[in-house]
Parts: sequence; structure tokens; C-alpha cells
Amino acid sequence: MSGFFKSSIGRKYAMALSALFLMVFLLQHFAINILSVFSPDAFNEASHFMGTFWAVQFVLQPILIFGVVFHFVMGFVLEIKNNKARQKSYVKNNGNANSSWMSRNMLLTGAVVLAFLVLHFIDFWIPELNVKYIQGDMSGLLTDGEGFRYYEELVHKFENPLRVGAYVLAFVLLSLHLLHGFSSAFQSVGANNIYKKSMKGLAQVYAIGLPVGFIFIALYHHFNH
Amino acid sequence: MALDSKIPEGPLADKWTNHKNKINLVNPANKRNIDVIVVGTGLAGGSAAATLAELGYNVKAFCFQDSPRRAHSIAAQGGINAAKNYQGDGDSTYRLFYDTVKGGDYRSREANVYRLAEVSTNIIDQCVAQGVPFAREYGGLLDNRSFGGVLVSRTFYAAGQTGQQLLLGAYSAMNRQIGRGKIKMYNRHEMLDVVIVDGKARGIIARDLVSGKIERHSAHAVVLGTGGYGNVFYLSTNAMGSNVTAAWKAHKRGAFFANPCYTQIHPTCIPVSGDHQSKLTLMSESLRNDGRIWVPKNMEDAEAIRAGKLKPTKIAEEDRDYYLERRYPAFGNLVPRDVASRAAKERCDAGYGVNATGEAVYLDFADAFMRYGREQALVKGLDVNDDVLVKKLGQEVVRTKYGNLFQMYEKIVDENPYETPMMIYPAVHYTMGGVWVDYNLMTTIPGCYAIGEANFSDHGANRLGASALMQGLADGYFVLPYTIGDYLADDIRTGPIPTDTKEFDEAEKSVRDNIDHLINNKGKHPVDYFHKRLGKIMWNKCGMSRNAEDLKSAIDEIAELRAEFWKDVMIPGSADEYNEELAKAGRVADFLELGELFAKDALQREESAGGHFREEYQTPEGEAKRRKEFQYVSAWEYKGEPKDAVLHKEELVYENIEVKERSYK
Amino acid sequence: MNLTLKIWRQKNANDKGKMVDYKINDVSPDMSFLEMLDVLNSGLILKGEEPVAFDHDCREGICGSCSLYINGEAHGPDRGVTTCQLHMRKFKDGDTIYIEPFRATAFPVIKDLIVDRSAFDRIQNAGGFISVNTSGNTIDANAIPINKHDADDAFSAATCIGCGACVASCKNSSAMLFVGAKVSQYALLPQGRVEAVDRVKNMVAQMDLEGFGNCTNTGACEVECPKGISLENIARMNREYLFANIKD
Repeated sequence: MSGFFKSSIGRKYAMALSALFLMVFLLQHFAINILSVFSPDAFNEASHFMGTFWAVQFVLQPILIFGVVFHFVMGFVLEIKNNKARQKSYVKNNGNANSSWMSRNMLLTGAVVLAFLVLHFIDFWIPELNVKYIQGDMSGLLTDGEGFRYYEELVHKFENPLRVGAYVLAFVLLSLHLLHGFSSAFQSVGANNIYKKSMKGLAQVYAIGLPVGFIFIALYHHFNH
Repeated sequence: MALDSKIPEGPLADKWTNHKNKINLVNPANKRNIDVIVVGTGLAGGSAAATLAELGYNVKAFCFQDSPRRAHSIAAQGGINAAKNYQGDGDSTYRLFYDTVKGGDYRSREANVYRLAEVSTNIIDQCVAQGVPFAREYGGLLDNRSFGGVLVSRTFYAAGQTGQQLLLGAYSAMNRQIGRGKIKMYNRHEMLDVVIVDGKARGIIARDLVSGKIERHSAHAVVLGTGGYGNVFYLSTNAMGSNVTAAWKAHKRGAFFANPCYTQIHPTCIPVSGDHQSKLTLMSESLRNDGRIWVPKNMEDAEAIRAGKLKPTKIAEEDRDYYLERRYPAFGNLVPRDVASRAAKERCDAGYGVNATGEAVYLDFADAFMRYGREQALVKGLDVNDDVLVKKLGQEVVRTKYGNLFQMYEKIVDENPYETPMMIYPAVHYTMGGVWVDYNLMTTIPGCYAIGEANFSDHGANRLGASALMQGLADGYFVLPYTIGDYLADDIRTGPIPTDTKEFDEAEKSVRDNIDHLINNKGKHPVDYFHKRLGKIMWNKCGMSRNAEDLKSAIDEIAELRAEFWKDVMIPGSADEYNEELAKAGRVADFLELGELFAKDALQREESAGGHFREEYQTPEGEAKRRKEFQYVSAWEYKGEPKDAVLHKEELVYENIEVKERSYK
Repeated sequence: MNLTLKIWRQKNANDKGKMVDYKINDVSPDMSFLEMLDVLNSGLILKGEEPVAFDHDCREGICGSCSLYINGEAHGPDRGVTTCQLHMRKFKDGDTIYIEPFRATAFPVIKDLIVDRSAFDRIQNAGGFISVNTSGNTIDANAIPINKHDADDAFSAATCIGCGACVASCKNSSAMLFVGAKVSQYALLPQGRVEAVDRVKNMVAQMDLEGFGNCTNTGACEVECPKGISLENIARMNREYLFANIKD
């Protein structure tokens, strides 16, 4: 396998595998978030488990962060390399004639999603680290001790319409990113065969359904409290 | 100089084997010290270059295209013949030999044709081993189709792209040798002269088409696989760059040129649409397997169609003249190409043509749709009497067989051939004539070989469909690599051929003088102006039918046009850059000489044979009339102007086949 | 019809090059695109100007020489055709048509609209073949039956004409459709399986060396390919490449 990940195809695999991993994570994230709509208690239970279970915190979380960083850095490296492959561009180019806008603008949509992730980290992840590891409060309870804090925090964050707006925008772009990215990842790992059609359907369900779901959660909490 | 064809002694079937057993070989260590130049990288040149390199020779290969893969062999559609008898329909080496000699109207060399038939089966084995994806049946075995002029199915094919697949096979074999460093490939290079040292071909002068640099290349032998000269007609199915220059330069250096007047006019091409036309497009002869050719029976219908007032589908069955089926009941639409072409011309000349210019006939698939459709309906258990359904099923079958051809027709003509019959007309396609070679494929210049369409040897006066690919690959893979060893065996101690000799100086100077003249001429007309005029003379006076009076005037007109060309041609730009006009000018200059020799050859051949039809020599029914006293190859020796060329005759002897009236009735 | 042409002119590889405007009148809709350029060129020659250089040869869509980027698309707006088969009936009177060379760092411009595609040849030299000598003694052609579907798929991949439209259309100038097609043709045939591991590794290594970009699966190549070569070939190459690396 020496040199595999230095080759163009090896990098495609790396890009696709990190993408597939992130898509699985996203599904898991959504599954927990949607609980907040139906049952604040269940949401609190799940959040507490994820936030305190050692394997999640010290094994999966670093892998996830590595996955995000890797996917972004690799995407950027490939973009630079790809730009070098055509130093002189066309005077007139009609990209819409042969490919989708999404497929040609993965860097743009990806960068917006990344910017959102920064906001997301500032909103949730850094305060979380602060509470748990700096202040040392692993209880997950509200300061008054009345029940878990996770649901309350979530609701609180979605009060600000600007933040909700940014959230909605980011998920629209994530959807665009996934509309190409989902099937692209499968094509890259060589899975393009007789199931092509059903794969396409699944890609659309995932790429549209999941971000819409996240948006729904944000709007639900914004307008219901 | 007497022509020695060097045909081996012995019974026909043993000649090649005996010959191979007797000729000299070069040992592997010595092959490393021998250089061979191969000009042209089509089926013949490409396969020869690859095989010679496999054997151990140092090969330098040249092509004017940007890659060897683009040689015009790539455009061959229909298929390749081989006497495999996979269909069990009675095929054999002898039958393929017989069909080819008969199809060539008894004007080819028996021994060469037999050898061709003999090695044909090896070609298929070799190509399959190389990964050429021939069409297969559901059982996984190779499929065959039938072609004009024969009664068996022996044609192997890859949809309508057989030439492409075979060429890519030869190209892949070349790639392997290029990767190993055994072939040095010179793309975008054009050969402009052969260099003769001590009477032997020892190198070439080539021009790098990108930089304009004139280069000297030496070798112990030079192989020309440079294709045919159909572009002397300006409009032909050849590629724009196809030319006679390499062969003609060899001719001027001493190689005899044989049977230049034998030209194949292919019956199924897309008719000319206007003056702007730059080339003609062929549609595979395989279409005649399923299409029926007709024109209206009544003159009023023909006139109405030409005026655009009547649609062909509205003409009743009894008002159609399926003239090939009428005249040749045994072979019908599958008569050989020369016969089919002349018959189309006869109907159009009589006023029954069906496009605006009156130069087109119909090729109709309506019957084939129904025939295949009924078969499909039965197989699938559907209603055989539902005509709409049956037609649709039949169209699907035809689409899988000829889809790319139908699509090509629609793109060019802008009519849907599934709904209305195709229009076709004959066009110049292949030249059976070429550089004279002996049994070893060596020209009259020692050490200079000619293979594939560039030589004259195997097709006589008419080539059968799917035989050109067979000949190109036979020469390149299985014949030349053996026979050239016999010659090179004497060169094992020669050492590298120097290029700083007076012979190379002289050849380079003549090339430079020629180019300087052209570029500094600054005349009035671009090259195409002359080429188009040459084409008109050739088509009108040396085309599908010829007569003494026209040929004589053609000779004079071409000589005049040539003088005018050298006085008036205008070439922009300079010689030391990419200059397509300059390259074209050199090619047209050679066509202007060849054209005259062509007419001269046609004039001396006072008979009709295959593609050469002299109006003075026909039977009362209008069929070609061969004459015993012309049973020879006309080989022309260069003596300055084409009019001074000297005729040498190689008598053709038929010991294994009875020469008789060629009948397809 | 009358047209305005905006054509890339570049004297040679070292020249900077620029777009130049030309007017052309009385174009017949039955002309092919290249015949229209022939007419333009004969006019230019008569005026003492240099004709526009472009690659072309067979003019029937099979040699793969022609390589024009017309109005922002490889081989122009029609589908399933090369430039030589594109007809002027696809344009309207008064149209402005942009004509540029295929652009990629691996395809340097030689002159005007002509580019150097020898990178494709070098990729083929690296492994685009089956190592079999010409002997006349290989096994009989029918000795190994080949499943018709595999044979047909191999044929479809093999119909690639090496024109480079895939590279020209790809926003990344990736050559993966071209390489994938060749790898697939041999991978699908039993004769080609023998060397499959080395072939895919060598061809991909050469492809990377030539400076082509990465595939990001936009699918533009498949749409613009005059021979309709499928993206499946790229997926197949990716699988072949992975397994080849695992086996080593």
C-alpha cells in the first residue's frame, strides 16, 4: 500500500472515506437532536451519556475532530492541485451545460459549513469543555441542581434570530454540499453499479432530509419558546 | 528492368511455409544492431513497427498525426475477414482465396492472396489475445456477419468500429514497445524523401510539422505503411491528411508504381450536400446485409421526389425499382462494391436519382425492421400481427447492429433514418493500386518495403469488403517481419548508417528547395483551389466509368493544372513553424503528378476490370468486360514527368483458379 | 447565416495569445463546424493573413484529432459528437461563437487551437496494453468464451477516441475518464486480468506525473464525451487501483 495515499486515486479514497464517516456522525447527531422536539428528558439523557462516556469523549471525539480537519485540509490541498492542472482558464466556459452547480462549488459550500462549525464550537463545544474540564462539573445538572442543563441550553441558544438565521443558511449550504458529496463519495470508493438508481434516491433523501430536519429543530425551538 | 515477383516454387498451399523455412534469419543479438524505419502507423505500419520491435530490431516510427492511434485505419467500420469457419458454413482458406481473387476480377497475384487467406486466422487469434473486444454471441464465442461478394459469414466485427478496435490493438502493441524503448516514436512528422545509398534505401528525410525542422533519419531498411491515395479525388472517404507523398517520393527514387488506376468507389456513402464539402462519409457496407437499395420505377416519381413534393415512404412497393435484386438475383444487394457503385451511377445517370442533385439512391430498412421485429415478437411471445409493435421491436434490433451508423447519418443529413430511407451515393474509398512489391513486400528499391494499402498486391482490380483490415494486419504482423529478415541478414555487420553523407545532403537539399519554392511563391490561390480542381478532373474523367477521349484530355488538363499550381500557389506563413498550408501544398503537388500517371494507366488498360470500367469494353448488358491480353500488373517506372513513365508488365498466372466471367447473377 | 467568431490566436507555444474577432457571412446550416472554419481560413489566406490552425483529420468523428472548445463546451453544444460532426444548424443567424483550444496544463498549446496531447500517449505507454508477442501461435480466438455483457462493456470502454474532451471539460483537468476507460477495457477481459495489478498502478502513476487534476465526480466528462464513455469506468478503475495496492 506504500504510496497509495499520495496518488490521485488514493486521495479520492481518503476524501470519500472521511466524508462517509462525517455523514454517519451527522446522522447520529441528528438522531439525538430530534429527541429535543419530542422529549426533553430523552434528549437530556442522551446528551449526558455522550458528554460523559469516556469512549465517546476520548476516542470518538478526537477521531471526529481529526475527520473534520482532515476532510477540510485534504479538500483544500486537492483544490490547489486541481487549479494547477489548468493554469490558463477559458474565456468562455459553460459549466452548467454538463455539471451541477453543487458539484463545481464543493469548496465554497464546504467553507461555509466550516465557518458555521466555528460558530457551533463557540456556541456549544467550548462552553461544554469549560464546564466539564476547567470548572470540573461533570454532573450535567443546571446550576440550581434542578435536572439536566442540556435542553435548557439548547432552547436558550435558539432565542437569537440572527443565530437561527445563520444556522438555517449553513444547513442549506450543507444540503448543497451533500447533494453532490453523498453520491460522489460512493463513486469515489468504486461503488457505482447496478444499484446506481437507488443510490441516487438515497442520496437525495439524505442530502435534503437531514439538513431540513436540523433546520426544523432550530425553527421549532425558536418559535415554541 | 525485368520484374521479378520472387514467388516461391511449389504447390500453392505450401509456398509460404516453404518460403519461411528457407529464408535467412537474423539472430537476436544482431537484431539489436539493426535499425528499421516504419513510416505510417495505421494497421499495417503500426502492427509492423510493434512486431519488428518485439523481434528485437530498433524501430523508428513516423506519423503525421499527433498520435499513432489516429491513423485513418481507425475509420474502417464493417469488419475483418478470416477463414475461421466458426459458423460451419463451408468456409476455408481456399474459399477465402478464391473469393478474393474473383472479387479482384482476376487481377491479383495468386500466391500473395493465398498467403493472405492462410494467415487470416492468426490475425483473429492475435487480436483477441491483445484484448480487442470483438462482438460475441450469448454463448461467449465470436460472432460473424456476411459481406458483399461472398456466400459465407466470415467477417469478425466490433459494432461499426472494427477498424478502430484493431488499430487500438496494434497501437497498444506499439505502446508496449515504446515503453520498453524499442520503438522511438516521431509524431507530427512527415516523410518527404527516401535516401538511397549504394542502391539501397538507407533512410528518410522528415519534416517536424510543429517546428518545421528538416531531419535526417537513417536505418538499414525503410518500410512504407502510408496508406492509399484516394484524396487525389479531393472528395473521398479518406482522412484530410491522407496522402501519397511517401509512396510518391519512393516512386521518384526508383520504386515502381503499380496499377494506379484501380480505385474503389464505395457504394454506400452519404451524398454530397454542397460546394463547401471537405470530405465524404462512408457508411459500412454491412448495411447492405439488411438494407434494400432502390430508386423509383417511374420518372414522374423521381422528379417529384427531387422537387421535394413526394416522400419516399409514399411510393408503393410495385413502383419501386430494387435494381440490384433485379439485375443480380443471386447476390442481390450484396454484390461487390464496384458492381453496386456502377449500378447506382447507371440509375442516376438515367434520371432516377432521389436527392436535389439527382445523385443519390435509397437504402431502405423498412423490410428489415419487420423481419427482425417478427422474430423478436415470436421470441418474446408478443402479437406478431401488431405492425406498430413489430416495427418498433425490429428497429431495436437494427439499432444494436448499426446504431452508431444511423446516428452518424442523422447528424450529418438531419433526417431520421429509422423513419425515412437513407440516401446513399458512391464515393472514392480505397485504392487497390500502389507501390509495386514482390512476394517479400519489397519494392523495386532494395531495402524499401511497402505494406497495407500503400502496396498493390492483394486486391487486384477490386477489393472485397472487410479485406483491407485483413491485409494491413497480415502484412504487418505476419508477413513483413519474416521477409524483412531475409534482407537484413546481410546487414548484421554494416553498423549504424551515418547521416552526414552526400546522399543525405542531396536528399535534404531537394526537400529544402521544394519547400523554399512553395513558401516563396506568393501566388494567387490557396492550395485547396488547385486540389478541388484536380478532384473535379479525376471524378469526371477517371471516376466510375472512363473512356479514351476523357482520359486523354484528363492527362493534358492535369499537366496544365500542375504547371499553374507551381506558378500560382499561395502559401501564408513561413517554413519554420507549424504551417498546415505548406504541408498540404507538398501533398497536393504529389497528387498532381500521381493524377496524371493514374489517367495514363487507365488509358493503357483497354479493358474493364473491377473498379476500372472502360465504356468501350462492356458486355451488351453493360457489365465489365475483361480482356485476356491485359492479364498483367502495370508497373510504372519514373522517368521525370509522369507522361514519360515507362510501363513494365508483370504477367499474372492463374494455376489454381479458373479465370472466368465474374458473375453475380 | 452570418456569425461573429471569437477565436483564440497564439503564434506558438511561447506566445501569450489572445482572442481575435472575425465576421463570417453566408454560412450554410449543412456545413460542418470545421467546414465553416475552412471557409474562414481560405478567406484569411486570400487576404494575406495566417489561417487559424486547428487539429483535424478523419472528419467523421472517430480519429479524435479535432479538439475545439466551442461556446464553453468541448466539441460544442451538440451531444455525442466530435467537433467535425457538429453542424452549423445547431447555431442561429447572428450568433457569437467562442472558439478556444482544450485547456489543461498537461495539454500545452502548440499553435492557435492545436494542443499537445502526447501525455495521453505516455499514459498508454506505461501500461495500456496486454503483453503478448505476435507469434501466430496464441491460443484459438474461441478458446476462452467471454460473457457477452463483459465483452460489450469492454467494447464500450474501448470506443474512447482519446480526444481529450474529458480533460477539457473537467473543472480539474482530470484524465480519469480516459484512463478509467482503458483500465476497464482490459480489466473486463480475461486476457487483460493477468497484468491487471501492474497496469492500473503504472497508468495511474503516469497520469499523476503528467499533471492532470483530481476527479471530483462532477460528471462533466461523461456528458461531453463524444463517445458516451460512462463514469462507471472511473469507479471501476478506483476499485482496481485499491485492490492492486492491497495485493502488493
